[in-house]
Amino acid sequence: MLEVALRHRFGAFTLDASFSAPAGVTVLFGRSGSGKTSVVNAVAGLLRPDAGRIAVDGRLVLDTAQGLDVPVHRRGIGYVFQEARLFPHMTVAQNLRYGGWVRRRRVDPGAVVEMLGIGPLLERRPAALSGGERQRVAIGRALLAEPKALLMDEPLAALDEARKADILPYIERLRDAAMPILYVTHSVTEMARLATTVVVLEGGRVLRAGPAGDVLSDPQAVPVMGLREAGAVIAARVAAHEADGLTRLDSVAGPLWLPRVEAAVGAVLRVRIAAQDVILSRSRPEGLSALNVLGGVVSAVRTGEGPGALVRIDLGGEFLLARVTRRSAAALGLEAGVSVHAVVKSVAVAQGDIGFG
Amino acid sequence: MGEAEWQAVRLSVLVAFWATVLSLPLGIWVAHLLARGRFYGRGLLNGVVHLPLILPPVVTGYLLLLAFGRKGPVGALLDQWFGVVLAFRWTGAVLAAAVMAFPLMVRAIRLAIEAVDPKLEQAAATLGASRLIVFVTVTLPLILPGIIAGAVLAFAKAMGEFGATITFVANIPGQTQTLPSAIYAFLQVPDGEGAALRLVLVSVAVAMGALAISEVLARRVQARVAGRGDA
Repeated sequence: MLEVALRHRFGAFTLDASFSAPAGVTVLFGRSGSGKTSVVNAVAGLLRPDAGRIAVDGRLVLDTAQGLDVPVHRRGIGYVFQEARLFPHMTVAQNLRYGGWVRRRRVDPGAVVEMLGIGPLLERRPAALSGGERQRVAIGRALLAEPKALLMDEPLAALDEARKADILPYIERLRDAAMPILYVTHSVTEMARLATTVVVLEGGRVLRAGPAGDVLSDPQAVPVMGLREAGAVIAARVAAHEADGLTRLDSVAGPLWLPRVEAAVGAVLRVRIAAQDVILSRSRPEGLSALNVLGGVVSAVRTGEGPGALVRIDLGGEFLLARVTRRSAAALGLEAGVSVHAVVKSVAVAQGDIGFG
Repeated sequence: MGEAEWQAVRLSVLVAFWATVLSLPLGIWVAHLLARGRFYGRGLLNGVVHLPLILPPVVTGYLLLLAFGRKGPVGALLDQWFGVVLAFRWTGAVLAAAVMAFPLMVRAIRLAIEAVDPKLEQAAATLGASRLIVFVTVTLPLILPGIIAGAVLAFAKAMGEFGATITFVANIPGQTQTLPSAIYAFLQVPDGEGAALRLVLVSVAVAMGALAISEVLARRVQARVAGRGDA
């Protein structure tokens, strides 16, 4: 568990944020200029806030009230930067061993090297690596310093879409470790794929914080994510790969058919369903081309300034977010407690929106 | 070349070698302070370091004589406590050469340090390295060609130092008569021109060689920091 409380003023901007990051991936989400990077820099010790208190697993690393400020190298907090920042004068293997070497610890890189698939790169120099390879090595280097918490500041931002898709699965694997990971991004896709906990920052303040399923399906958080990007994440287990190219997944609200998903039967996936791809119906629709009909109960409706309305649907413990027009919301009488059927086209879910649970 | 000429060349090499070696640790430290330090009086330090480059060398030599002469405040202490006398000794020539060469050395090393991305040093700190370890394992290897370039330049400058040396330690053959002092002395006597010319050629060769080496090394520091180097 990473506990963070900070206050810092830069000119006219004031950062005033507190939250805690349990084991798993806590995504620090916000637009650029919302203070995300300042928060992680303060946690790492690279920025000294005007006032603050930071604890990792109960051990204080910063407490301005009692004048405690543990220097960067003694905090035991790993950091993966946006640019890999590998040491250019060392090979990949030397970069990986650096954290163990400076602390005079024997660390076996074998498992990490294998998990990140960087075995063939060990003798190369950073200049001879692609962007995606560099970032994987940087992740490995941070892990091999055996940190108690890991910070990742937009580690995929400098990569193209294909490279991002290559690396996301590696980061998903880190989520199972007991170590808290604080992951900064302004990409809703990355957040939906990775987050177990979400902290939404706006203007230096925490707008929303909580379990990913709750925050992502919260209509109040939509303005920060952007209407087109908004969408909830539901868990689903791969049930079967069917002959016509579809994969059947079982969710709390019934079966979900998606275009072939590359995952073994039994694997638990996280599927992001964009709010604008969901159609709502009061009665169970018949004679419809869309395959996925999920039954649920409306738990909240939020109407904004424009013609749209956001509807949060309780599928039975998990939530879906739908964006419909105010006119439709009124015509269907959508309000909390009303039961509805959510219709999702199979092909609306992109491969990049499916991650391992 | 005659014995007097060889003596001058040998003494110059000895003086330049010790001037370079002894001032190198201080040069690296000062260059690091100027490149990365954030402290009050940084501008003043920068000015003091560069002063010998701007002052007439004879003024620097005279200031050294005032401070480090037998009656000078520092010179008297050195004499009493350690029995070290600098004025009119070859050790004084080392001090004069080191002071005069210091700005060149610091400049070269400072440029190399400034070319190192501080983000790499931050990354090393997050991996558990203290500031000293970061300097030794990241900064120092990356600036090594810059350090060598600075040392080579300082060596060449020390070989040729004249004004401050002759003011501080005079021109005693076999004692303090370095290469430029010897050239000056040969030019003062009839038939000395041949010897002077031979020493001039040695000087030119040393200067050219040092410049060439420092150029090559300066290019390598760039390649290395950019991660293209194989060194």
